[in-house]
Amino acid sequence: MLRYLARKLFIYLLTFIVAVTIDWAIPRFMPGNPVDALVSRIALMPDANAALTSYFMAAFNLDQPLWQQYLNFWWALLNGDLGRSIMLFPTPVTTLIGRALPYTLGLLLPSILLSWYVGNVVGALAARRKLLDNTVLPLGYLLTATPYMWLGILLAWVLGSSLGWFPLAFGYDQSLKAEWTWKFISSLLYHWILPFASLFLVALGGWAIGMRNMIIYELESDYANYLMALGAPQRLVRKYAFRNAMLPQITGLALQLGAVVGGALVTEIVFSYPGLGWLVLSGIQNQDYFVIQGVFLFIIVGVLLANLIVDVVYVIVDPRTRVGLQGDAA
Amino acid sequence: MTSTTGSSPAAPAAKSGRNEILYFALRNTKLVIGAIVFIVFLLGAIFGPMLATHEPLTFDAPPGLPPSADYWFGTTLFGQDVFSQFVHGLRSSFIVGALGGITAAVIGMLVGFFAGYRGGIIDEVLNMLTNVVLVIPTFAVLLVVAAYLSVRGLGTEAMFIGLTSWPWAARAIRAQTFSLTSRDFVGMARLNGESTFRIIFGEIAPNMSSYLVMTFILLFGGAILTAATLDFIGLGPTDSISLGLMMNYSVMNAALQLGMWWWFVPPGLAITAIVGSLYVMNVGLDEVFNPKLRAL
Amino acid sequence: MLAVSDLKIHYRTLAGAVKALDGVSFSVADGEIMGLAGESGCGKSTLGKALIRLEERMQYVGGQVTLDDKVLPIADDRAMNPYRFREVSIVPQYAMSALNPTRRIGRMIDELLEARGLKGATLRPELERRLAILGLTPDVLGMYPIELSGGMKQRVVMVLSTLLDPSLLIADEVTSALDVASQKKVAGALVEFRDRGYVKSMIVVTHDLAILAQVADSIMIMYAGKLAEKAPTRTIVEAPAHPYTRLLLGSLPEVGIRFEEKRLPGIKGRPPSLLSPPTGCRFRDRCPLAFDKCAEEPPFIEIAPGHQVACWKADAHAEG
Ligand SMILES: Nc1ncnc2c1ncn2[C@@H]1O[C@H](COP(=O)(O)OP(=O)(O)OP(=O)(O)O)[C@@H](O)[C@H]1O
Ligand code: SF4
Ligand SMILES: [Mg+2]
Repeated sequence: MLRYLARKLFIYLLTFIVAVTIDWAIPRFMPGNPVDALVSRIALMPDANAALTSYFMAAFNLDQPLWQQYLNFWWALLNGDLGRSIMLFPTPVTTLIGRALPYTLGLLLPSILLSWYVGNVVGALAARRKLLDNTVLPLGYLLTATPYMWLGILLAWVLGSSLGWFPLAFGYDQSLKAEWTWKFISSLLYHWILPFASLFLVALGGWAIGMRNMIIYELESDYANYLMALGAPQRLVRKYAFRNAMLPQITGLALQLGAVVGGALVTEIVFSYPGLGWLVLSGIQNQDYFVIQGVFLFIIVGVLLANLIVDVVYVIVDPRTRVGLQGDAA
Repeated sequence: MTSTTGSSPAAPAAKSGRNEILYFALRNTKLVIGAIVFIVFLLGAIFGPMLATHEPLTFDAPPGLPPSADYWFGTTLFGQDVFSQFVHGLRSSFIVGALGGITAAVIGMLVGFFAGYRGGIIDEVLNMLTNVVLVIPTFAVLLVVAAYLSVRGLGTEAMFIGLTSWPWAARAIRAQTFSLTSRDFVGMARLNGESTFRIIFGEIAPNMSSYLVMTFILLFGGAILTAATLDFIGLGPTDSISLGLMMNYSVMNAALQLGMWWWFVPPGLAITAIVGSLYVMNVGLDEVFNPKLRAL
Repeated sequence: MLAVSDLKIHYRTLAGAVKALDGVSFSVADGEIMGLAGESGCGKSTLGKALIRLEERMQYVGGQVTLDDKVLPIADDRAMNPYRFREVSIVPQYAMSALNPTRRIGRMIDELLEARGLKGATLRPELERRLAILGLTPDVLGMYPIELSGGMKQRVVMVLSTLLDPSLLIADEVTSALDVASQKKVAGALVEFRDRGYVKSMIVVTHDLAILAQVADSIMIMYAGKLAEKAPTRTIVEAPAHPYTRLLLGSLPEVGIRFEEKRLPGIKGRPPSLLSPPTGCRFRDRCPLAFDKCAEEPPFIEIAPGHQVACWKADAHAEG
């Protein structure tokens, strides 16, 4: 069990190092030298010019040898320094991310967890029940095949624009001040529903299908057959099948994280929702590379942490990993 | 569900091999429906641009028109022909899907075959690599890479998608290869001193060809979805139109507020239909190749 | 006492019905351990499953099964349920994976018993006693299946399957996946359980004739969905009457070698397809003694007390 976790931890560490290296290397080795582009942009902002130029020298240290640059990059990173935003100079990138993060998490966490839970229940119900299966299956495939942003667009168009039930954009009513009043909170919730719903629905389909297939597989497994031969009621067999089918779905949760995060980014863009996705979009439109790189690192760290949590949960719920006879269960 | 169905160890001796597969394939509703939808869109991508009477990106039409006889899918806020954009976008989607899918399939197969067949240290290293790429949120990587690349074509986009989407395929192929490697015929080939390369592509790959086909189908669909998402953020090809880009333009230019549904419904619908048909075809193929799954 | 008469079970496939059991009649007396042998695909497992639970594709076509003077409703899954485990039980071919991998064994057993309206706690002492007979400590009940070796799992399944003292136990290939030492233990356990009266009668399916010689009172040979011969073990080994039985035994130069899978080297050809089996004797194509009359189907008749054969030449041989 400890070996299992240690192995995973090692992989995450390695992944982190690779990611940071990518983050460091890309602006330096990409064709078209983005640094030049940056410097020319600075020239358009006289007040920021001096400060930014010196920051660049510090950040990129272009006159130093590469390995030195690399170490500097790590040093800054470990000190929590992701650079400063260009579009909102001199706000540190970490501040921008900190501001956007609650919105993204507020969308991501509930939609991931709820879609996982509901999808598993729906999938389990559908398995081996012809009528339900015939609707859940096609609907599930349709939902997983839907691009996140398109479902968002459709919801925004029908429920927002046409029917006017929900707001089309922003995280809260722009005429309100951000403070902890009921009015503000209810406005937050009101603006949250549509982006949440579109993320939730797309993810739901995948989970339902996955669970359905897993349950059918479990119901055909040897232990289920044996139980039924001994006259065990459906109830017991299904209970076991559900529990066992759940386990791969937990690992699946980790594997799906990256895709859902991507989905959250584009959904935010559809709804002009002030999370990381929106931040990235402005970063791209303003060629604010520090913001893009910062968000990138942040997502990596978040996904790796989430993976780690999933692993720990998995070890707790699956006896096979605890016994330690099975190395890589995933 | 129609009655596709079961063979068994004692399956019909008369209808053997290829014939039997074809027999079940044509009777599999999922496969047939999926294939029809897919082919309809593929034909649209191939011949649509020839039918289009307007250029996709020129501003020569009256702005904001709903669908009409002149402009089948209406026009954008700036007076571009949506139908023309749509069919050109379809073409881009298929190209990116195919190129990205092929790239990922090739990498996934190489990694999976060698890791599964050679085992040992090669397996360890390749497995590590697979795991690293698997946990990295590839979308974020694409984000950074695409943001820095100032000129991007379809090919570049497809290649990057392929480079980041192979790990699950490699993993699955590795597991299959692993189980095949322990079979007699591979052992025989090994004893005969055939080279690794020949054994892999002469013995192992043909024996899991149906599996490889299904893997490629899923990679193809995945590449289309990823491309659409990248395009939507504005990181797609800078030299052509795509379905994701159409959605991006429509959202950025208030098509939602203006109720210009003809601008954003077709591209999303097409992606959903193509990717969905691929997924459904995949399930159908699984049933055709795997007798156990053939419903009664 | 088990009595099967004219049992017919088919597998439904698109290509038509696979007639895996095509009119099978035999009986197993109380206290009898009957071995069941025959080439792969001849319908042994189908027979075993038919007596306890029909799988989705198995279709009951005809015949009757009586156990201790009660007719078993084998075609009716629901009506059959009360008999399962209590009257008829099975040690499946896949005993290695027959236990839920994510439940501690003891807990799984309790949950199963409870679902059958019994109390796990009251049966616990008996359970532990029987495990001890097979050399297992009560600790195994606190473990997960993955913590046990193959032989241990096999024995746990045996104990569980027979816990309610069923009248009939079907043991399908219970030894084939084990090493020799475990095989001996499991085979011994079969006899032991019968001797102690935990099970009244047994059908032991196996490819291993050595095991059968060791445990079985009688042996039944099947061929292509039909019965070929049934007789006391000695008779089968020393004076088989059916040409197929003799070839089967003859193709095994040493006792203990299994006639596993696919073709038997001693017998030319393959068994016929069960989709459209030939008329007449099904062994005709491969039988060295075949003659005109074999175009008619030979009846499964008693040629000596307790010795039944389906072959036109059998009488002559028994006499000669
Ligand atoms: N699910 C199924 N669908 C169709 N035909 C089947 C199915 N299962 C078994 N059969 C066929 O029924 C016949 C009897 O199979 P069965 O499993 O009873 O053989 P067996 O004697 O137990 O063989 P083995 O020694 O290999 O276990 C075979 O011809 C087999 O091909
Ligand atoms: S009946 Fe005829 S063909 Fe069949 S076993 Fe006897 S002799 Fe051979
Ligand atoms: Mg069998």
